[in-house]
Order: sequence, then C-alpha cells, then structure tokens
Amino acid sequence: MEPIYLDNNATTQVDPQVVDTMLPFFTEQFGNPSSMHSFGDRVGRAIKQARAQVQALLGAEHDSEIIFTSCGTESDSTAILSALRAQPERREIITTVVEHPAVLTLCEQLEKDGYTVHRLEVDSRGRLNLDAYRALLSERTAIVSVMWANNESGTIFPVERMAQMAAEAGVMFHTDAVQAVGRLPIKLRETAIDMLSLSGHKLHAPKGVGVLYLRRGTRFRPLLRGGHQERGRRAGTENTAAIVALGKAAELAMEHMDEENTRVRALRDRLEDGILAQVPYAFVTGDLDSRLPNTASIAFEYIEGEAILLLLNKAGIAASSGSACTSGSLEPSHVMRAMGIPYTAAHGTVRFSLSRYNTAEEIERVIEAVPPIMANLRRLSPYWGADGPVTEPEKAFAPTYA
Amino acid sequence: MWEYSEKVKEHFYNPRNAGAVADANAVGEVGSISCGDALRLTLKVDPDSERITEAGFQTFGCGSAIASSSALTEIVRGLTLDEALKVSNQDIADFLEGLPPEKMHCSVMGREALAAAVANYRGEVWEDDHEEGDLVCKCFAVDAVMIENVVRENRLSSVEEVTNYTKAGGSCGACHEGIEDILTRVMAERGEAFVPAGKAAAKPGKPAGMTNLERIRLIEKTIEELRPQLQADHGDIELVDIDGKTIYVRMIGACNGCQLAGATLGGVQQRLVEVLGEFVRVVPATPAQAYATRS
Repeated sequence: MEPIYLDNNATTQVDPQVVDTMLPFFTEQFGNPSSMHSFGDRVGRAIKQARAQVQALLGAEHDSEIIFTSCGTESDSTAILSALRAQPERREIITTVVEHPAVLTLCEQLEKDGYTVHRLEVDSRGRLNLDAYRALLSERTAIVSVMWANNESGTIFPVERMAQMAAEAGVMFHTDAVQAVGRLPIKLRETAIDMLSLSGHKLHAPKGVGVLYLRRGTRFRPLLRGGHQERGRRAGTENTAAIVALGKAAELAMEHMDEENTRVRALRDRLEDGILAQVPYAFVTGDLDSRLPNTASIAFEYIEGEAILLLLNKAGIAASSGSACTSGSLEPSHVMRAMGIPYTAAHGTVRFSLSRYNTAEEIERVIEAVPPIMANLRRLSPYWGADGPVTEPEKAFAPTYA
Repeated sequence: MWEYSEKVKEHFYNPRNAGAVADANAVGEVGSISCGDALRLTLKVDPDSERITEAGFQTFGCGSAIASSSALTEIVRGLTLDEALKVSNQDIADFLEGLPPEKMHCSVMGREALAAAVANYRGEVWEDDHEEGDLVCKCFAVDAVMIENVVRENRLSSVEEVTNYTKAGGSCGACHEGIEDILTRVMAERGEAFVPAGKAAAKPGKPAGMTNLERIRLIEKTIEELRPQLQADHGDIELVDIDGKTIYVRMIGACNGCQLAGATLGGVQQRLVEVLGEFVRVVPATPAQAYATRS
C-alpha cells in the first residue's frame, strides 16, 4: 500500500507543475540574470515574474519588497540582525518562548553578545498575553519577532494586531510566517508588518529557497554583501531554478487557498475526531479557535512519541513528534512544555500535518491504524493497567530519576 | 531518522518478556531525564540459588528504550544475581548490535534498573551514581555533565585538554563551540577567563619546497644527531628506508629488544615530524628490508 504523508509542516512534496516550470532553468535557461546578453535576459525576466507571483501571494504593495534568500532561517537571521545593526542604540528584542529554533537559537547567541531578549509566555492553549507584550514595547526595543503560526501546535498568533501595537510604539516588527504562507490568506499591504520570512519547501516549492519581505522604507542592513543582486540587499548569484519554482508554487497556493481552508480543514477535523473517538486519554493541543487548517497536534498520554512514530512508519504513515527522543535533546518539545503539558503527555505528542494532496481515503486508513498502535505501546507502559491508566499514575510509578 | 540496527528494530517490534512478572520478588524502577524514559523491571529470584528465573519489563520510552529493556530481560534470565550485576550497559548495547550514541543512555537505564532490582531483593537502597546532561560530542557520546565535571576536577582550560581527558571533540570538531561554552562557564566559577587558542600558527621553519633528495638528507641528518643519545645507553639506530610518509629504521645494540624501544621510536618520530613539518611514521624495518639494505 502507498505510504501516507502527514508531515507537511516539516516539508511538502514539490508540485509536479512546479517541477515542470523549474526544469528548463537547469538546461537551456542556464544564464546568469546579471549578464548583458539574451541568455541572462531571459532568466532575469523569469525571476521578475516569480517576484510578482510571490508579491501577489503576500499581498505586498511593491515587488521590490520581495528579497529572495536561501531559506526561512536565512530570512529570520537577516531580519533580526538587520534591525540590530540599523539601530545600534536599541539593545532589546521581544520574541516568544515557542518560536522556531531559527529565531530562538539566534536570540540565545545575541544574549551572549550582550543583548536583552524578552520571551513572551503562552497559556495552556498556546496563546500570548498582549498586555504583557504591550508593557515590554519601548524605545529600547530594536525588533519584535513573533511567528505567524506555530509549527508544532498550529496555533495562530495575532501578528497583524501585534505589528500595529509595535508600529504605535515605533518598533520594527518581524514575523516568521513559514507555516502560514500558502495556508492563510495574507495581505501585507494592509498590515504594519515590516518584515516577514517564508520558506519555499513548506508550500510545494523545492528546498533551498526562501523570501524575506521587507516593507519599503524599513531601515535595512544586508547579511550578505557583495554583488548587486536583489538590489544589493542579498548578494550572491540567484538560485534561479528554485526562485522560478517558488513563483509558480506561490501562484498555485493562491489557487488552492480556499481548498486548504475547506477540504483540507475538514480532513484534519475528521482525523482528530476519528482518533479521539477511539483512543482514550488523548487530547488535541494548541488554540482550537485559532489554528492552521492543516495541523492536528494530539497528545497521547502515558506513551512516548518516538515509539509511536516508529510503529506509524511501519504502518506506512509519516508523522512527527515533539518527543525529546526524536531530536536527541534532553527535553520534550519546548512548545508543549511552554503550554504546561505534563511530561507524560508531552513526550507522547504526535503532529499530523496535511496538505492538498491528502485524500479522505488516506485519513480513514490512518484512523483505523492509530488505535491498535497506541494500545500496543500502552500495554508496555508502567503507567498503564489492564484497561486504563493505573490509579494515580504518578504515584503508582515513581522511578528514581537519574 | 535514527540508524537502528536490525536487532534493535526486532526487539522493539517484538519485545520479549513485556509486562510485570506475577509474584515478583525483586523490582527496580528507574528513569532517565533525558528522553523522559522510565522502566520498571520485575524479577523472580529463586531464594536458594539466587538465580533469576523470570524477568519482565514495563517501559515508557522510545524505540531503543523498549528494545534495551527487552534485551535486558533476555540477558539476565537464568543468571545468578552476582552474575547479573556483572552485565554492563555495553553488554546490553552489544546484544542489540549497537545503539546510536544519543541512545546509549537507554542501555544505561537498563543497567540501572537491574542494579535497583537486585538492591530491592537484598533489602538495600540503590543510589544512582551518575547524572546525565545534553549530548555534546556525538562522535564519542560525551555529555555536558561529564565535560563539566572533568574540567572542574582537573582545572582544564583548553579544548585540546578536554579532548585529551574525555575524547570529546577529538573527531569531527563540530562540538568545539559547545566545549568552549562549558570551559567559559566552569573557568568563570574559579575566577578565570577562557582564552581560545585561535588558529594554530603554521610551524615556523618548515622547509618549503624540499626536493626528495633534500628531504632524505634532512631525515638522515636528524637521525645522525639523535644517535649519540642512544649510544650513551649502549644502543644505536640506523635508517633503513623511506617510503613516502613511512620511515623504516633498525634498532641496534642495547636498543634491540629493549622494552623501551617503542618509546624511543616515538621520540625519534616526534623529532622527525618537528623537523620535516609534516606527519611521518617511524617503524622498525622488517628483517628482509634490513637485509636488502646491507647486501
């Protein structure tokens, strides 16, 4: 049986139409867009078109606000470091505890370099406290960096409102929107967002290409200096094939936006309902009122995520987990811990993330496969009795922790 | 994905002795904060022979934790308690045909559960004797707590020293930043500042662009200069052949058969590496080589 791919927040399949669009740029369309001859000119025009396609998807006012980069991480680093270099007198950064490592790890490093980093906490549903945010905004703040949607729980943050609050305080606002772009309608020209990161491979374009949206008039200092590519704001010869591919993927994302929010959303809801109806001691994490339409984050209590993933994989189902074991780190997912989910559940969190390629038949197969896997692992668990958790699990099994 | 051996997968997909042993008389419950794994080991011990007749496990944990628990029960069944206590975490890993470095702690947890169960049977209290930290060096599976302790106890101050004491950072070098962070932190505790070594300067006086002949003469000359020291100890050394980076020599007189000959060769090698500015190996010539040069 064909394997079922439900890990689209990690990466997506490149759309076949996108592949067709990019292939000529490996062969006859090999020119350098900077060159003064027809080989370069044709490629230059193709990049211009891609820029317009991305501009349309983001609802940006000008195509020159689109800077092509190599990935979401590069866009994040460029945005944050630019704000610090452009405003050397401002030494504080505001972000959240649940950001992607592309932002969190950079902020840890900046702390070592002497900057102050404020990390906004979240509640049990993964929501921010905007009063606490407002209190932190000051003339010392160089930049606010808050993700549009969380990669693990799918929770959507009110970034448009937060950007407006930052603007009123005279503070730059950046959002890592790699999970949101292509899944949520976005009109940047109607927001106060100054910078936005997106990543091609999260929306059916290939890996190795990203975008930094930079609002016209935002003070900017490039990360890479050199040639005049991207108007001198990101030097280095363009990854032409991938940029053209991202343009096409952006166009397709516009076409499928409704489908993401209707059919894909319905599949996700069916998946959650189907699993929760059969598996006891399981719950959905994140903000149920405001989250991505494609993401289902389910915590299965008293079992561990990596073991679940291995058994799902054996059954031909690809998902991911917030367990520590899958990452080789000490702690389970920082996102689950930030929401105060207990260890025995946080370790058993599984993320199913869908795309427009998933079918109702696939979802039914997953709903059928999941319950026996959870039952099998629970049979091995010291927290589990004959047909439910042992009475007072935390007391009945209290191992000596090393 | 982790690179699990076939044996690990097999024990994970078909765990042996899962579940608690009914009327067990030895129970060990341990957990590892890393991975959040936890294991309850139940044993039935024959009081006369102190032999383990039955073993069962209940594990909350990842694939390799479940496989390690399964392997542990298979290994200890039929052993006496004293024999079982000799089982090391490496034995568990070996039984499973190896574990990824990040997963070695799963085998440690198995070893600890066993020790805890034996202590429980004997009416003793088992105490954990180690603490685990974040994995820093993935090549040699060395964690932060171990590096911190070694740096503190031995007052280390460089990455090179950490490598010499723990092996951490001795292979790919990707963890050197992490080791420097630990050095900075621990050295600050004793009021010192960590000073990075910087890029090692090229060795001065490296004879650039030597011809083969010049190189051979330099090797000859260097060995000649070392001979008086050896002769003082009633020994001697002779250059036999040079094959690229390998230099063959013959030990003569008191050096021949001396237990310190190996150390002497090491000294000769070190001197040649310094003089030549390149890595060479000094090895004893085979009898055939030695004969060929003399005839």
